[in-house]
Amino acid sequence: MSAAAPRSETRPETIAPDAALPPAPAPDPDAAGSADTPPSGGAGPRTAHDYSGYPVVAARHPWRWAGTALVALFVAAVLWSLLTNPRWEWDVVAQWFTAESVLRGLGETLKLTAIAGTLGFILGFILALMRLSSSPLLVSVSWTFSWIFRSAPLLVQLLLWYNLGYLYEKVSLGIPFTDVRFFEVQTTTLISQFAAAILGLTLNQAAYSSEIIRGGILAVDQGQLEAAAALGIPAWRRSTRIVLPQAMRSILPTAFNEIIGLVKGTSIVYVLAYSELFYTVQVIYNRTQQVLPLLLVATVWYVVITSVLSVFQYYIERHYSKGAVRTLPPTPLQRVRRFFSTHAKTSEVAR
Amino acid sequence: MNSPALPAVAAAAATRGLVEISNVHKSFGQVEVLRGVSLTVEPGEVVVILGPSGSGKSTLLRTINHLEKVDAGHISVDGELVGYRARGGKLHELREKEILAQRTHIGMVFQNFNLFPHLTAVENIIEAPVYAQHRPYAQARERALELLERVGLSDKVDVYPRQLSGGQQQRVAIARALALDPKIVLFDEPTSALDPELVGEVLDVIRSLADSGTTLIVVTHEMGFARDVADRVVFMDQGQIVEEGAPLQIFGAPRHERTKAFLSKVIEPAFNL
Repeated sequence: MSAAAPRSETRPETIAPDAALPPAPAPDPDAAGSADTPPSGGAGPRTAHDYSGYPVVAARHPWRWAGTALVALFVAAVLWSLLTNPRWEWDVVAQWFTAESVLRGLGETLKLTAIAGTLGFILGFILALMRLSSSPLLVSVSWTFSWIFRSAPLLVQLLLWYNLGYLYEKVSLGIPFTDVRFFEVQTTTLISQFAAAILGLTLNQAAYSSEIIRGGILAVDQGQLEAAAALGIPAWRRSTRIVLPQAMRSILPTAFNEIIGLVKGTSIVYVLAYSELFYTVQVIYNRTQQVLPLLLVATVWYVVITSVLSVFQYYIERHYSKGAVRTLPPTPLQRVRRFFSTHAKTSEVAR
Repeated sequence: MNSPALPAVAAAAATRGLVEISNVHKSFGQVEVLRGVSLTVEPGEVVVILGPSGSGKSTLLRTINHLEKVDAGHISVDGELVGYRARGGKLHELREKEILAQRTHIGMVFQNFNLFPHLTAVENIIEAPVYAQHRPYAQARERALELLERVGLSDKVDVYPRQLSGGQQQRVAIARALALDPKIVLFDEPTSALDPELVGEVLDVIRSLADSGTTLIVVTHEMGFARDVADRVVFMDQGQIVEEGAPLQIFGAPRHERTKAFLSKVIEPAFNL
């Protein structure tokens, strides 16, 4: 907007028939008292000031830019030291990263996570339903389970399961308080390292996930259950179709936290000399003495698994947010695609 | 033993939607919310329940489909006890499955709609006919589309509740209640959560239902609606029915002091504006 000659016929925002003042000069926020407000004096009718011809100037955020620059500098410094400090021994990392024993360990880690995670959450779901039931017995059994398995350290639980043979030599199925036995096994043959690991991880996971699922179910509006009950929808359908999908929205973020925790938590089974990723790496560096590079091998694999899980989390959460927001925001992929298509268009226009 | 049920069963077709409430009591903790309420609603009748908040209107409504258990007294629909079975001089509590079956005859519309937010409009309507009444999916869907058209939302079939206005949501909720072909529809303050400009569209749908011969029991604060649509107006206060009668009588010449006081508070300010 240029300054100021008497152009009031072409500038509707200065139409003020009785204005004794000259038309307002161009907007200049620094000049005190000359803000673009319509002259309010005079006795004639007040006409609203028209801002339709004004361009919008975006607010500036200089500190945001300063902060960004600082963080970028810090990230660059860290990357630089990671890449240039020879003591990280990236060549050793690369050498062992896809070694057969490491990959086998990785497979075991994934297997433990998948099995303990799945069984843990299934058991956790059952425990959560028990805890929310109206039977005092079920409630207290569920509560006690969570209490015990959240109290005892996982390390102790694993060692206890593995050494079950010391406490109970034989495991048998029969009629209690009689001598009738249908079958009987040595505990030590029944509880392998794998079985002990799965038992320990699953039960521990179930105790935590039951609380997560219970929290999610409690977060669902009571009116939803009431409406479903008023419509005569059967109990099982009510839980699975009405309550659980809505509970999932609050369950998922914490549940993925748990699963990602479990991926790394499986490393604790090294106490059973179970050859998952972490134990394998330990065995290797005890032999080669390349401690840090091999720990890096394990770490980078954990990062890879977590990244993949995070992508799953994003899409699963998106699935369950159907109907919860008016329109779903675009996925990162869609955003990238949109960016390139609009970018292509503008560059075409430029040409 | 269950002889009182017999005549009602014989005349089932003629008495579709007869509600008999007799001497119902209900307490929440120390507070007695219903103190001996008796009311008979004839088949096809439209009854509007008025009263100050806390008078027990909503609770009474919720006892009719057994969302609230009564402490004393009983309720029957078409001669069939709600929530109990009379046998050998005793009332046996029904199992959950049987209660759910009874509820499919009684539609309910809530103040806050309570639509399932993760299901589309049509999915909301189909759920109960398919899973509570075991109707074939295709038939239920066809009926759902008919109902959506009837409430004027045939263009919102696959839309999620949050993408609808309050009035539209409540109309979907009404369609959902009607999908079970109920004998009775209960309305619990169906327009209280709506912007004033959206109240009319919901009341229009209810008004058209009133003409269809379904028994309607409506708790509302819409006095104009009560006057125009109700066959009978019931005024409740402090857990009891104070007065009941034709709308003209209740609004024109209330007999009871409490009714007069309530109506003068609710109606006059609105007209003095």
